[in-house]
Amino acid sequence: MESASITDSPPLARPSSLLAAGAGWRRRAKDRLMTVLIAGAFVLAMIPLISLVYEVTKRGIPGLSLAFFTEDARGVVGEGGGASHAIVGTLVITGVAALISVPIGIMGAIYLNEYGQGRLRRALTFFVDVMTGIPSIVAGLFAYALFELFFGPGIRLGVMGSVALSVLMIPIVIRSAEEVLKLVPNHLREAAYALGTPKWKTIVKVVLPTAFAGLVTGVMIAIARIVGETAPLLVTTGVVDSMNSDPFDGRMQNLAVYAYNEYRSPGVFKQAAYDKAWAAALTLIAIVMLLNIAARLVYRRYKTEIR
Amino acid sequence: MLGAATKRSATEEGKQAMSDSPVGVTSTDPMTKAVRGAKTIEVRDVDLYYGDFQAVEGVTMTIAPNKVTALIGSSGCGKTTFLRSLNRMHELTPGARVDGHVSLDGEDIYGRGVDPVEVRRLIGMVFQQPNPFPTMSIYDNVAAGLNLNSRRVSQSQKDSVVERSLHGAHLWEEVKDRLQKPGSSLSGGQQQRLCIARAIAVEPEVLLMDEPCSALDPLATLAIEDLIAELKNRYTIVIVTHNMQQAARASDVTAFFNLDATRPGHLVEVGATNEIFTNPSQQQTEDYVSGRFG
Repeated sequence: MESASITDSPPLARPSSLLAAGAGWRRRAKDRLMTVLIAGAFVLAMIPLISLVYEVTKRGIPGLSLAFFTEDARGVVGEGGGASHAIVGTLVITGVAALISVPIGIMGAIYLNEYGQGRLRRALTFFVDVMTGIPSIVAGLFAYALFELFFGPGIRLGVMGSVALSVLMIPIVIRSAEEVLKLVPNHLREAAYALGTPKWKTIVKVVLPTAFAGLVTGVMIAIARIVGETAPLLVTTGVVDSMNSDPFDGRMQNLAVYAYNEYRSPGVFKQAAYDKAWAAALTLIAIVMLLNIAARLVYRRYKTEIR
Repeated sequence: MLGAATKRSATEEGKQAMSDSPVGVTSTDPMTKAVRGAKTIEVRDVDLYYGDFQAVEGVTMTIAPNKVTALIGSSGCGKTTFLRSLNRMHELTPGARVDGHVSLDGEDIYGRGVDPVEVRRLIGMVFQQPNPFPTMSIYDNVAAGLNLNSRRVSQSQKDSVVERSLHGAHLWEEVKDRLQKPGSSLSGGQQQRLCIARAIAVEPEVLLMDEPCSALDPLATLAIEDLIAELKNRYTIVIVTHNMQQAARASDVTAFFNLDATRPGHLVEVGATNEIFTNPSQQQTEDYVSGRFG
C-alpha cells in the first residue's frame, strides 16, 4: 500500500547556505517601520492625556491655597472662601457609595461565579450588563424618585447621591470581581472540599483571600469611575456652601458640582471663581491618582502567585 | 445479603492478605464484612455519569483496610472519576451523577441524609498537582483542615497536630524552622508532602491519592512512595497511577480498569498485586501490564 510520507514530498526551497540567505535587511527595515508606527500611535494616544493633566495643573495651581482646603464657602461673596466642604462632601458621598456597593457587588459576583446556574444566572448577567450602560443622570433621577417617595419632593441628602453612585458602581464591581474570582484556580476549591470544608467556608477562607488583591483593584477602578460624576449629584445632593459631613442631613457639596457651580455662577470675581473651579478639578484628579497608587501598593503587597 | 461474610478479628486485620486469588468481574466477590473500627470501602455496581455520558460502568470491589489499593489503566478509562466518587467529589461537577452503592465501614456514603462534607472529612484526598493554599503559611496549610472545619482547637493542640502531621509526612525536619513561610515556597516534592500532611492532619479513615507523583521527579517520587508504605499502617489508601512500576512497587492490591469502543470505563480485574502482574486472569490485563498497550 502506497502512502504518502513526509520524506516523499519535494523539499522546501532553501538557500544554499546561511550566508547566501542574505543579511535580512528588508525584514529589519519592516520591523523598524512598524516599531515607529506603533510608537507614534502610542504618542498620539498620550497627547490628549498629557495635555489634559498639564492644563488642569497649570490652571488649577493658582486656585490652590490653604484656604481652599480649610475653609468652606459659607457666607462668602467675595474672593475668599475655600472648597473644604466640597472635598469632605466628595469623600463622604463616595465613601458611603462604596460602603453600599462593595458588599452588594462582591456578594453578587460570588453568587454569579460560585453558585449561579442556568437561566437565573444568565438573566442576572444580562441585567448587570445593562446596568453598566445606564447614563449617570438616569441613576441620579432614580435615586431622587426613590427618596421623593418617602420624603416628599425637593429632598436633598448626601446619601441620595451615594445611592445614585451605587447604581453606577455596583455593576462595575460585580463585573471585575467576577473576573477575578474566575481566575482563582478550581483546584484550590477542590483541595478545600477534599478536607471536608463546606462551600461557603471555602469561599470565605480560600477563594476570597486568594482573590483579595484583584478585588481591591476592581473596587478602586469602580471608585475612580464615579468620583467625578456630576449629573446625578446635581439632582440628588444639591448645591450648598457650608460644610456638611452628615449624609443624612440635607444638602452636601462635592468637588464635581462645586467646580461646575463656580464655573457657571462665578459672581463678580470671575477669575477667582474660575481658579477655584480648576483647583477643584485638580483635586479630583489628585484623589483618583492617590486611589490608583494605593490600589497598586495593595495589589503588590497582597497578590498571590498561583503556580 | 452481601455474599459470603468473613469475620476478621481486629488483631488479624492488616496482617492477612486480601482474597487469595484475583477476582474477575464475572464472579461474586467475597465481600468482607467490616469489623467495627476497620476502614473498608465496599463498592457495588457503581455507574458514573457526566450528564448523559457514562464514564464508568458497573464497578464492584472491596477496598481493604490498611492496604494500598492501586487503580491502573490507560488514559480516560475512568480511574480518576471512580476515585472521586469514593469521597463524593464526583458530584461537584455540574451534571455529574452516581448510581450504585458505596459504603464506608458498612455505612452508605450516598445515603439519604448523609452530608457530603462529613464524608469528605473521613475520606481525604491528595491531588495530582500539589495545591497548597497560596495565601497561607506552611503551618496554616497543615492546620487548614482544622481551621476550615470549624473545629474548636486550642493553639497548643493545633501546634501538636501540625507537628505530628508534618512528621507523618516526612516533612518536619525540612520545614520546622520556617513554618511561617508561605506554602508555595517549597519545591514540588515538598509541596506534595505538605498536601499529604494537610490531608492527614484531619485524621481521615481513608486516603485517596490521584496520581500523586506524576508531577514530581524520581527522587521525590521515591520519598512519597516510602511515605505511602508507612501511612498504610494507619490508613486505607487508594492510589490512581499511570505508572505501572509504581503500582507494582507500592501497592498490595491492584485493580485494572479499561475502556474500549463498545463499553464505558469498567473494572476488568482486581486482585493481589503480584498476581495481577505475574499471573493475571484476563487477557486485557496481561496485555496492559506487559506494555502491549496503554
